[in-house]
Amino acid sequence: MSTQTRTLAVVSAGLGTPSSTRLLADRLTAATVEALRERGITATVEVVELRQHARDLADNLLTGFPNASLRDAADTVTGSDGLIAVTPIFSASFSGLFKTFFDVLDKDALSGRPVLMGATAGTARHSLALEHALRPLFAYLRAVAAPTAVFAASEDWARGGGLHDRITRAAGELADLMAGRPPAAPADPFDDPTTSFEELLGGR
Amino acid sequence: MQFGIFSVSDVTPDPTTGRTPTEAERIKAMVAIALKAEEVGLDVFATGEHHNPPFVMSSPTTYLGYIAAKTSTLQLSTATTLITTNDPVKIAEDYALLQHLADGRVDLMMGRGNTGPVYPWFGQDIRTGIELAVENYALLRRLWREDVVDWEGRFRTPLQGFTATPRPLDGVPPFVWHGSIRSPQIAEQAAYYGDGFFSNHIFWPKEHTQKMVEFYRRRFEHYGHGSADQAIVGLGGQVFMRRNSQDAVKEFRPYFDVAPVYGHGPSLEEFTSETPLTVGSPQQVIERTLGFRDYVGDYQRQLFLIDHAGLPLKTVLEQLDLLGEEVVPVLRKEFAALKPAHVPDAPTHASLVAARRAAPQAAVQAGTEVQAR
Repeated sequence: MSTQTRTLAVVSAGLGTPSSTRLLADRLTAATVEALRERGITATVEVVELRQHARDLADNLLTGFPNASLRDAADTVTGSDGLIAVTPIFSASFSGLFKTFFDVLDKDALSGRPVLMGATAGTARHSLALEHALRPLFAYLRAVAAPTAVFAASEDWARGGGLHDRITRAAGELADLMAGRPPAAPADPFDDPTTSFEELLGGR
Repeated sequence: MQFGIFSVSDVTPDPTTGRTPTEAERIKAMVAIALKAEEVGLDVFATGEHHNPPFVMSSPTTYLGYIAAKTSTLQLSTATTLITTNDPVKIAEDYALLQHLADGRVDLMMGRGNTGPVYPWFGQDIRTGIELAVENYALLRRLWREDVVDWEGRFRTPLQGFTATPRPLDGVPPFVWHGSIRSPQIAEQAAYYGDGFFSNHIFWPKEHTQKMVEFYRRRFEHYGHGSADQAIVGLGGQVFMRRNSQDAVKEFRPYFDVAPVYGHGPSLEEFTSETPLTVGSPQQVIERTLGFRDYVGDYQRQLFLIDHAGLPLKTVLEQLDLLGEEVVPVLRKEFAALKPAHVPDAPTHASLVAARRAAPQAAVQAGTEVQAR
């Protein structure tokens, strides 16, 4: 069997250094790379730490375009074959920084893209934010979210068993979604148009 | 190559004094600026069109008609004319009349407009912006080229036996540019008709402008109007100058920092490096502007934005002095020396009339072909 390759982008919206959000993102990434390897796929991982783009994102909201640094980060995500997106939960939802990053992407940029969602918070009482906030966000973007989303409360980093199993299950789901989909070939808006101008003129 | 300025007609408080000009002051300032543009030897003045505060320019042909009467060489243009929310019949009539009054010094730049509520205020839907631009412009072309038009479309009430008056000066419609910041479909439209394409070139990085212009040039050639390097390209640009570049930075920064579009965001230095904005000496503006050619090729029209963000009239007129005395004469000479002979100048009324006289049969055939579409 020939070796296939896929790119895996990781978006982490943690604010601390070190950050438990990044810690969860790293665990999900390692498990997904392993799950892809078991399916004969070599993954290239690229991590986007949103903290480093906090000012870039505010600028983009105001100017309407990403600066060079943010453009590279956005291209990393929109050009990937799969995405791991992890946010801290603030005030019952994803963090503003996390949302802003997805706000400035083109609304079609993640269409059909496999996504594994993760979130962290101080207590498990925030865990359903994954289902009531992140899952609708990725549904709107028409991304394909893995059925298992992984939440890690502070207590999960001590207790054995549950978190590791959820990570492994979610990583397997993301790997299946990525393996079942051809490598990403993002549409270039400057390719010759598929709709001819005569068709546009005819109102079609 | 044509050099000029374009205005968005914003009424913005001067952040250094806190004073907001009245609409009357701003309108008269726009007159002074256009007249000064001709006086210092610029070629083009283009005005935006807006239907909401804080902008004053709701009626460009009223304004341009007044400017036409007060000037004799200045090319009068728009940046942009709203092809989506204006009735194409009124555009055909208004600009045909203006062209007569201006003795052929008028061209237009079509744009869609990006102010959401303007669409419903004029009975349209922003989600059909591209379709509106395509249908309305196709009708506008016919109204200028066919004496009697029967037409039925999706967005406007049908026309039977309609003649737009006055007929275009010398039977030649005004040259049209199409402006778009980010929609390849509009570059495609410009290429399809062999019209000009104007890239805003203010708000986005140069890489974006480069992609849009490359696409337009490639499609212009595809549609058989000439080679890609013969396509008609215009660029925006934004400058603020003082003889000493540090003075320019110091004086412009308070305006930049709170400017309506990009204020409170990136620093002046960041925005200058990310976009074509140049704040510095006339020599720096010359060098930066000559560099535009490196990524869009030889182009036909350069318009600068100089009168926005609350800058006082006196300052704007000083900018025009620097443009006219120190910047444009050098740019004119340098660009002309670089341009190959087969690259055309921007079409003017005179050149379009001459081209029609030179090839009357071809013009008639082309007209027939357009009607058949």
